[in-house]
Amino acid sequence: MSDKTVAATIDLLYKIADDLLIIGHRNSEWTGLGPILEEDISFSSMAQDKIGQSQGVFTILHQLGEPEMDTNAFHRSAESFHNAQFVELPNGEYDFSLMRHFLYDHADQIRFEMLANSSFEPIAKLARKIKGEIKYHVYHANVWVVKLSTANKESHERMQTALNICWNYALGMFEESNYEKTLINEEIFVGENELKKKWLENITPFLEKASLKIPSESTWKPVYGGRNCNHTEHLKPLVLEMSEVFNIDPDAEW
Amino acid sequence: MIQSLDPRITRAEIEENNSISPLKDLDQWETYEVFHQKKRGDQHMHVGIVHAPNAEMALLFAKEQYGRRGVSVNIWVVCTRDVFTSDYDDTDMFDVSEKQYREAGGYKVMEKINKYKKANKI
Amino acid sequence: MYGNAYIDPNDKANSILAGEDPQKLEEFENRIARGEKIEPKDWMPKEYRRQLIRMIEQHAHSEIIGALPEGTWITRAPGFRRKLALMAKVQDEVGHAQLLYSAAETLGKSREAMINDLITGKSKYSNVFNYPAFTWADACIIAWLIDAGAIINQVANAKGSYGPYCRALDRICTEESFHLKYGHDNVVTLATGSEIQREMVQAALIRWWPPIMHFFGPSDKISQHTEILMKWKVKMASNDDMRQQFLDMYVPKIWDLGLTLPDPLLKKNPETKKWEYTEPDWEEFKRVINGGGPCNAERLAVRRHAEENGRWVREALNNVGSKYVVPLA
Repeated sequence: MSDKTVAATIDLLYKIADDLLIIGHRNSEWTGLGPILEEDISFSSMAQDKIGQSQGVFTILHQLGEPEMDTNAFHRSAESFHNAQFVELPNGEYDFSLMRHFLYDHADQIRFEMLANSSFEPIAKLARKIKGEIKYHVYHANVWVVKLSTANKESHERMQTALNICWNYALGMFEESNYEKTLINEEIFVGENELKKKWLENITPFLEKASLKIPSESTWKPVYGGRNCNHTEHLKPLVLEMSEVFNIDPDAEW
Repeated sequence: MIQSLDPRITRAEIEENNSISPLKDLDQWETYEVFHQKKRGDQHMHVGIVHAPNAEMALLFAKEQYGRRGVSVNIWVVCTRDVFTSDYDDTDMFDVSEKQYREAGGYKVMEKINKYKKANKI
Repeated sequence: MYGNAYIDPNDKANSILAGEDPQKLEEFENRIARGEKIEPKDWMPKEYRRQLIRMIEQHAHSEIIGALPEGTWITRAPGFRRKLALMAKVQDEVGHAQLLYSAAETLGKSREAMINDLITGKSKYSNVFNYPAFTWADACIIAWLIDAGAIINQVANAKGSYGPYCRALDRICTEESFHLKYGHDNVVTLATGSEIQREMVQAALIRWWPPIMHFFGPSDKISQHTEILMKWKVKMASNDDMRQQFLDMYVPKIWDLGLTLPDPLLKKNPETKKWEYTEPDWEEFKRVINGGGPCNAERLAVRRHAEENGRWVREALNNVGSKYVVPLA
């Protein structure tokens, strides 16, 4: 791989790894505090899967010369995270967490489906490995969003509000990087625009089934910045908290 | 507000002397009986229940509560109220100790064969 | 994770069997004596049902409350391996609560009723969870030693007489063996790690020793009540026997790491083969179980908050046509 291709790949992998780590972290905050025991267990499993998947991507990053995964994830400052702002937002109530889970996981599924055919074999291999996990995540999200949004007036309104709040942040997941062309030309990844197109195709029928309205296109204002390490005020405390113990003695084995 | 050692709790801004109205009947939904198959070719076996508001969600829950350590390839859920059962008091209906003719062990031919062989010097 | 049922010594032992049908009682007791299990719809003495509900319910509450002290560190577990493992462990505690509430339900008490009794403080749960996990090392000590204690109790109870409880415990014990390994691995890592780590784990051990000694409860008062519960295989081992078993298995492992326990009298008597120790402060135990511990108020407030927060979700999904029937097994 040329230097430029390596740089493009690393940039892509950081986005994916940081998204997974931060959403997994956020979702894990529900463990033990969920709306009912059974759902608590399911939601926790998915949070674990996300952390596990991010671990897989960090491992590939390390193979490309980036720091060892624990150091990379737990000893990096918030200013150098590449996750979309969407995933760092606080959990709020279950409506918001579920809607984020739905919007994020559909994108996650498509991204990895696309990466399963990547010319960069390590990520293609990982994408094929985690296919089943993500299938459950999307299935879980679809069932929940449809059932809850069509359950009663309160739940419908809550889910519609959550969708409205999430929407522009969710669009921010598809912020293009300076490397799009390289990634596309080298057949590493088909690009954020393709991903977004497919994502809209995939989520629309479920949102219709849920009788939820996607905000009208004229109001779409994607919240960009995350991919270039610009974040909301919520990321820094999250990262400090996540690495609090690790940084008591960063050289120690924990 | 509770200042907890757990940052999640502190962020949730919980009043220490909060009070809530009691959970009503069916707050936790009804129950589904869960059956799992450990591997292809095995019988499905009952493993427990989940509380769920409908069959689809029961399946979602059962998958993680009973299958998160990779011991299942397939899961069924059945609403508990749809299961018709026999009674333990009627266990005597199952008593078949006198019905040897249904068992392989009820047919002992070797004795006869041996006796015949001996008598006929075969 | 759970120690042992707290049996009120002031219960009127002689009223236990009042009004029971002697013939049915005999059949019931013979069945248990033959080593057969009791199943949900079998005839059972009122006291058997009452004690089992209370015990399984306390156990279930202990799991869901037990998710809180370790959950304290869930957002801060150091490194991927620990982060994943702690998430899985706390998840297991929630899963155990689910299994145990289900077992208790088969005896006729609904999960709603049990949760209501928990959040109003009417039901008890294991005392240890009313203590705080100050540092990461506290979570490690809990994962190792509290789970170790819990396994001793649960392995014993899994041989009890009530089918659904035994089945739940079998599944739980399998999962607890992961907890124990995970906890031991954590403590060993800290104890053999840097100076700071070693200090952390030593301090946590000192903090947790009194609650650990309380874990199995005070010496059982020999009463007709205890005897009958043991005959019915509701209570499977005395509190002291379980404590001895725990000390026998784990004190040597703790000393092996060069860690100190805050009890100068702790030693195994070579003649009696029994452990000797400073009598735990049972006044403190009673104070904490009755609400006076450092975290009782917080634990219950958090549970109330979680239940209330999730109520709209549960209510929305509730089906008009649904009807609760007691789970089968």
